[in-house]
Amino acid sequence: MSLGLKAKHQRLVLVVVAFVALVAAALLAMWALRSQASYFFLPAEMVASPPQPDQAVRLGGMVEKGSLATLPDGVTVRFVVGDGKAHVPVSFTGIVPDLFREGSGVVAEGKLRADGTFMADNLLAKHDENYVPREMKDMTAAQARATVAETK
Amino acid sequence: MIAEFGLAALWLAAALALLQLVAGSLCLQPKGERMSVIVRPAAVMQGVLSALAFGALLLLFLNTDLSVKLVVMNSHSAKPVIFKLAGAWGNHEGSMLLWVTVMALAGGLVALLERRLPERTMLATLAAQAFVGLGFYAFLLFSSNPFERLPVPAREGMGLNPLLQDIGLAFHPPTLYLGYVGMSVAFSFAVGAMLTRQVTPAFATAMRPWVLGAWIFLTVGITAGSYWAYYELGWGGWWFWDPVENASLMPWLAATALLHSASVLAARDALRAWTVMLGVVAFSMSMIGTFLVRSGILTSVHAFAVDPERGTFILVLLAIYIGGALTLFAMRAGTIAEGERFSVTSREGALVVNNVALSAILGIVLLGTLYPLLAEAFGVKVSVGPPYFNPVSAIFFLPMLLVMAVGPLLRWRRDSAARIRPPLMACAGIALLVLAGLIAWGPPGLLPMLGIALAAAVGIASLLPLRGRKLRRTPLPLWGMVIAHFGLALALFGASADSAYSVERLVAARIGQVTDVGPWQVRLASVEPTAGPNWTALEARLEASYRGGAPIVATPQSRYFWAPVQQTNESALLTRWNGQLYAVLGGEAEDGRWQLRLWWKPFVTCIWFGGLLIALGGLLALIGRVYGDLRRRAILARIAQRKVDLGR
Repeated sequence: MSLGLKAKHQRLVLVVVAFVALVAAALLAMWALRSQASYFFLPAEMVASPPQPDQAVRLGGMVEKGSLATLPDGVTVRFVVGDGKAHVPVSFTGIVPDLFREGSGVVAEGKLRADGTFMADNLLAKHDENYVPREMKDMTAAQARATVAETK
Repeated sequence: MIAEFGLAALWLAAALALLQLVAGSLCLQPKGERMSVIVRPAAVMQGVLSALAFGALLLLFLNTDLSVKLVVMNSHSAKPVIFKLAGAWGNHEGSMLLWVTVMALAGGLVALLERRLPERTMLATLAAQAFVGLGFYAFLLFSSNPFERLPVPAREGMGLNPLLQDIGLAFHPPTLYLGYVGMSVAFSFAVGAMLTRQVTPAFATAMRPWVLGAWIFLTVGITAGSYWAYYELGWGGWWFWDPVENASLMPWLAATALLHSASVLAARDALRAWTVMLGVVAFSMSMIGTFLVRSGILTSVHAFAVDPERGTFILVLLAIYIGGALTLFAMRAGTIAEGERFSVTSREGALVVNNVALSAILGIVLLGTLYPLLAEAFGVKVSVGPPYFNPVSAIFFLPMLLVMAVGPLLRWRRDSAARIRPPLMACAGIALLVLAGLIAWGPPGLLPMLGIALAAAVGIASLLPLRGRKLRRTPLPLWGMVIAHFGLALALFGASADSAYSVERLVAARIGQVTDVGPWQVRLASVEPTAGPNWTALEARLEASYRGGAPIVATPQSRYFWAPVQQTNESALLTRWNGQLYAVLGGEAEDGRWQLRLWWKPFVTCIWFGGLLIALGGLLALIGRVYGDLRRRAILARIAQRKVDLGR
């Protein structure tokens, strides 16, 4: 390649190359975001329109009272997440977060199996009273509704 | 008294920033030169006053002055001294005060030390720095006053979030802030150069040490933050693509690109408009990061201000500064003359590829970070994680690494590919050998495998610029480049080895039970209660032996804090040269067994050693540049002296 590159067009060529690369990156990013973003479901939504079995999603709701059980291996827990309208059974293997308990809110990250059990890779619970996962701010309202519905 | 003194110092500093802005702008007018005498002193005094204000806040926290609202909200008399001090910046108001302090100090240092720029550009730069500073002074004074008193003093403070009570974390925010806000200097330099239309190699040489300084702090801050997340969160991971992590990564990517393009501008007078653009982008990313972190739009340990008014205030500041600078760029870009030309196979050509790739990665991270916010505006809740960030950024990261291996071997202006072919073929051979070895061993997955092979090749290629040089006489900036590039290869190796060969075990163990994890046998000896200054804990005693060797004790804890009430898991780490054993204690099962989560992570420490090497490379380059500048000044002074002598 000659140094001149037809005199004064070098800047133009550089701009075009950089522009094309950045647009390619942006298109790639948009495409990947549509396929890889993990969507947030409430139990009612998950029951009504279940996600694909291989799709990573997040499930948010309240851990139903009396549903939490530890399996004999000592590290797998099963519980039911509900929003007052529907229930989804969840299985999680690992150390549960500190503020995870029955009757409190949780966001589970994982995949829905074909048999309707949600296999969670990670659980997000309330960190402390000041720091609440995003999705759970809205859930307190849903929780309140659920509580009202249950006590009626 | 101290609080009132701090507030007064802050108001004075803001007034000086206004003076600096007005005087600096007047200097740019035809008849305003006389104002120029006050610009530099104003900048220096502004730095001193804001430092005094920050010192006052530190003193308030040190004394736990419970008549000050901020102290009550974020401190407690029973805290260790170091965390009392850390409490001063571990909250919204204090961290914003730290922000303006760093910005004012940076401006003051520029005014005091920088002599290479033409005077008019210098004054425009200081005016721009004051303009940016003013917005943040306003934010602090009108919506986030850190010195606000309570009508009635409280009896006791409310404490600091226990996750933040960690010695590493005490220094994490100030380090990152020095990096974030240090970039404001690059922004001001860029705006100043655009205003006076003097985008020259002198501008790049003057700007480079400041960018380097900020970049070193950013690098150290990101490395330390990653290590903190690794051992404190107890999830075994070291990078989560959390929006807050991305907020620190984005300015780093922009600053890295800026450093490389500034070196082209300094050495070869090319890439003028692009360098100016990156100067604007780097600090814009710092501000976007602050907005994301501080506005309460994101919820995390980092989000202090869950107050829409403050979020709006920062958003308006962002719009003014970023929008203004980009408009100025659009108006002036056409008038910045085209720089020197170069051929595709040249050092400049490689650096252009590096810049485009870094910018592409920056764009990918930015889109991935903002996407959940955009989607939420349309009522869709999504989160974006590693399945997006890892492969998509790798598409640009891997080619960039290849170019990083080649670029330093090329000459400026034009070079022939044939000249550097033999060493490159050797490196490619090494990569293929490693790849073949990995496949024979049992392939661990595409990205980690490519990562290890590339790390080997790039690591060796990064040392090649030293070939045939006398090591004692090699200039420091070259050493810096070699070490930083090698550090990146080392970090890549650590990350790939960790993701390829980590072993994880999750068990419920009885006392006395032995668990195998990788080459380790881990015996749960006991679980006992223990206590610290402001917490109590259950502590497990693990006896771990590596391949049947003598047992080493590790003590993971499950800690309970009472101010504020919170529980945390303190992981325990056993470090060997070839990796780390990572242990977390979980809860007690009903039948008396204890949950244990154990990882063997081969070569994981290379990630942070790599990060530190990158920062060390930057430091060597900075020392080299500053030393070079000092020598140049000494020579110029001697020449001037000689002239005076001859004139006599």
